[in-house]
Amino acid sequence: MYAPSFAAPTTVAEAVQLLANASGVARVLAGGTDLLVQLRSGVLKPDLIVDTKRIPELRTITTEGGGYRIGASVSGAEAGEHAGLSKDWPGVVEAVELIGSTQIQGRASFVGNLCNASPAADSVPALIAVGATAVIAGPNGEREVPVEEVPTAPGRTSLAKGEMVVAIKLPPKPARTGDAYLRFIPRTEMDIAVVGAGVCVTLDESGKCTAARVSLGAVAPTVLVVDDAAAALVGSKLDDAALAALDAAARAACKPISDKRGTIEYRTKVAGVLARRAAATAFKRAGA
Amino acid sequence: MAPDGTPALKVVGTRPIRPDGVDKVTGRAQFGADFQLPGQLVGKVLRSPHAHARIRSIDISKAEAVPGVKAVMTAADMPEITSEEAFVGEGPADFKDMSGNTMARDKALYDGHAVAAVAATSAAAADAALAAIVVDYEVLPHVIEVEDAMVEGAPILHDDMFTSGVDPKPTKPSNVAKRMVFQLGDVDAAFEKADIVIERKYKTAPVHQGYIEPHACVAQYAADGQVQIYCSSQGQFMVRAYVAKLLGIDISEIRVTPLEIGGGFGGKTLVYLEPLAVVLSRKSGRPVKMAMTREEVFRGSGPTSGGTVWVKIGAKRDGTIIAGDAVLKFQAGAYAGSPVGPGCMTAFAVYDLQDVRITGYDVVTNRPKVAAYRAPGAPISNFGIESAVDELARELGMDPVELRLKNAAKKGTKAAYGPTFGDIGCVETLEAVKNHPNYQASLGPNQGRGVASGFWFNIGGESSATVNINEDGTAVVATGNPDIGGSRASMAMMAAEVLGIEVERVRPIVADTSSVGYCFLTGGSRVTFATGMAVVEASKSVVNELKARAAKIWDIPVEAVEWQDGEAVPAGSNAGDFEPLSLEDIAAKSGRTGGPIASTSSLNAQGAGPGFGTHVVDVEVDRETGHVKVLRYLATQDAGRAIHPSYVEGQIQGGAVQGIGWALNEEYIYDDKGRLENPGFLDYRIPVASDLPMIDTVVVEVPNPRHPYGARGVGEVPIVPPMAAMANAIQDAIGIRLTELPMSPPKVRKAVDEQAAAEE
Repeated sequence: MYAPSFAAPTTVAEAVQLLANASGVARVLAGGTDLLVQLRSGVLKPDLIVDTKRIPELRTITTEGGGYRIGASVSGAEAGEHAGLSKDWPGVVEAVELIGSTQIQGRASFVGNLCNASPAADSVPALIAVGATAVIAGPNGEREVPVEEVPTAPGRTSLAKGEMVVAIKLPPKPARTGDAYLRFIPRTEMDIAVVGAGVCVTLDESGKCTAARVSLGAVAPTVLVVDDAAAALVGSKLDDAALAALDAAARAACKPISDKRGTIEYRTKVAGVLARRAAATAFKRAGA
Repeated sequence: MAPDGTPALKVVGTRPIRPDGVDKVTGRAQFGADFQLPGQLVGKVLRSPHAHARIRSIDISKAEAVPGVKAVMTAADMPEITSEEAFVGEGPADFKDMSGNTMARDKALYDGHAVAAVAATSAAAADAALAAIVVDYEVLPHVIEVEDAMVEGAPILHDDMFTSGVDPKPTKPSNVAKRMVFQLGDVDAAFEKADIVIERKYKTAPVHQGYIEPHACVAQYAADGQVQIYCSSQGQFMVRAYVAKLLGIDISEIRVTPLEIGGGFGGKTLVYLEPLAVVLSRKSGRPVKMAMTREEVFRGSGPTSGGTVWVKIGAKRDGTIIAGDAVLKFQAGAYAGSPVGPGCMTAFAVYDLQDVRITGYDVVTNRPKVAAYRAPGAPISNFGIESAVDELARELGMDPVELRLKNAAKKGTKAAYGPTFGDIGCVETLEAVKNHPNYQASLGPNQGRGVASGFWFNIGGESSATVNINEDGTAVVATGNPDIGGSRASMAMMAAEVLGIEVERVRPIVADTSSVGYCFLTGGSRVTFATGMAVVEASKSVVNELKARAAKIWDIPVEAVEWQDGEAVPAGSNAGDFEPLSLEDIAAKSGRTGGPIASTSSLNAQGAGPGFGTHVVDVEVDRETGHVKVLRYLATQDAGRAIHPSYVEGQIQGGAVQGIGWALNEEYIYDDKGRLENPGFLDYRIPVASDLPMIDTVVVEVPNPRHPYGARGVGEVPIVPPMAAMANAIQDAIGIRLTELPMSPPKVRKAVDEQAAAEE
């Protein structure tokens, strides 16, 4: 009968060593809101589960050079209560707070959401839009990569054996910059994104966009960075032509599947809609 | 005295705290999965992964060898049942089919159909045993959609099914179990006289009741053959009867103890696990506990039918509807017995029509066998009829409430299914809508308003109640109906009203099958009406006995004693001769006046008053995403007399919310192999609280003359109108008629795009 090993190390070095030396399948448990569901349903039977919540440095949000370092086990609820983070990157915080119910919010984490590698992960397009990076610890020390380089396919990541993401780093917020994340679900809560869109823009003093990033979730095997959509915004004040170009670029980037949550046709159309709506919020926040 | 001359009521119509409330909010109440017996085993079910497959063989030898496994069973451990119509339940059923649905015998007929079960000392051992059972399947072609199942050449589920109700009798087997026709007058001639004819076809998806508590039971088969079952269901007597029949056990050998029920809505009016748990207990000699997972609930238990509804209505230019014709095709799931009969009978029941015809087809498909769901069948036909009536109102340029008022069924209207209505409140519910501020609220862009009315028969039936007066003058009321919608409170209130005491002094209990007289199940909106009637009757005979005891104490004739406000009072020539005797006084002296005071009433209640309701909903449609937001919702309903108004309102609100889910998002999604892809609440989307506004209610009261306090059933009517009301509101908002449920965001967006393309 199935009986996995369970470890709860107190340092990153110890956790990395456990993961590196594991035989068979090893999984990291941060909040566990995806992992426990997978265990219960029997789709996943890891040989080793490494709980990272006892590692103190993974439980904190710290400021670093004007930006933020969010530990791997910080919950969505904790992120939502962090005044500075919520003020600087409201889109990122709103995205992580969309994950699950109030109870789930007490456990769900950015890093878990990222490493579960679902294309529908709510916080990931928001993180990508603001240019967040992932800090990865492994047997050969630490490395830092853009968030979009972590997931490689549904359920798969670029992490090597023994590696784990220990933190997400958000850059310092430039002046006149705003971010936003929107997702579409058929209900208002308790659901998984049919489409998600994260947008971040920086404006000049006249309100014209000087830099933008657009990211789409649930429309391809991994969360997309849509450079053409960003380009449609740069140089504009979000006029109708820019919105139309953004919509078209977002739709063009979609490579969705039809499944129980939405058809190819529907997902593609809604990606354009959400990109426009998220851009409008991001512009408003940047100008405020 | 009340204005109508009846005595003023002191308890009925008030809103006391429910007697089961504290247990439920503190978590102490024992629901199906909470119950335990010492030494119990864990029972689990192996289910077919195929939509349609012949079972060539089942090898259980490896499973039996798994350490900790105490019993393994298949259909071979159950008696073969000959075809016989079930005598209890809420829809047509056949015991042979019920047996087959509980455990597949020769063929698995749907993804999730039970094929074997095990009992083991742990869940892990039971899982290991399930994995070790080898079933040799011959996978057969399958059919999911109702109209696909009706075509020539469709995969046939049952070789022995020949369509009944057609002439001549068919010689070839078919998936159509039955055809039925209900008619009044000459429909074809009536259409000739119509100025306007609306004709359209509508489609609904099968939907699950979505009760929060999965099915669960514990069964113990003792060495002497006595069977104890503890389970959550809509009727302990129903469980007893079905288990007895399916396993060939005498009813006297079975005692069923009802546990709290966490929602049923019709879905717990039959057995799934109980017979299996009894067999496993018999084989293992240990108590066996079984509980479904949510996935099993979706794959293995019955939703209600999906169906197609073709409607044709004819009207005069002044809005008089003169002809109605409908064809309903309902899928029943794997065995015959969809609620197409009540679907037909309720179809045009809100209208006063002389010429009307409804044709129904009961069709089997490779889906779970349907179970009752609130007003079984009525919401499906109502979606078609009330959508078409809305189209008629638009065509005529008439207000939809005025059109309905002009044609509403009233006292004396003969319904297509036979009876002539007595006192009914259809018109009153429409007037209540007209007079409500929601109906005047202004609407913005992409917002719209929809109206629909609905009907349900309500039923009476067999019920028993026992009232025991305790030695301190308090009372216990025992009935045999699981309390789903606040019936303990209603029973206590009606007893308190008759006895003339505070409701807090009456303790209502739901007794096991050996402790109270027979009660038909909790369903059909019957309990407050029928079991309530038994409570009132038993309470009245207790009052008679109390008067007799007082007469004895005073040594006066019993005719000279009156019962007023919980006291015996000397009357007539003896008036004023003695101090009144309270219930407490008489109870305290009962040992000296003839012994304990108690009474039982068993009856078959007739005259359940039909129920009518009208709903009006305002929605806002996001044209770009197809999302429909419910802005306002008003449901009006005739409750006859609301015994406990809060629970009447709660029933109305709950029904409306389930209907909103049915309208917007709920559906079973199958892959091309006929396997259910969304067996969970994540992708089977019932509404969550944040999806909904407050559901406003207006309870109108047209008393039912056949109930002592005028009560009508209220639980089923409120799920009938919502789907059409929602479709009508969406039409009003964006000018598009949606004819297929659910009206989910992708479908709404597609319709918007098609409209835009058509306009270009």
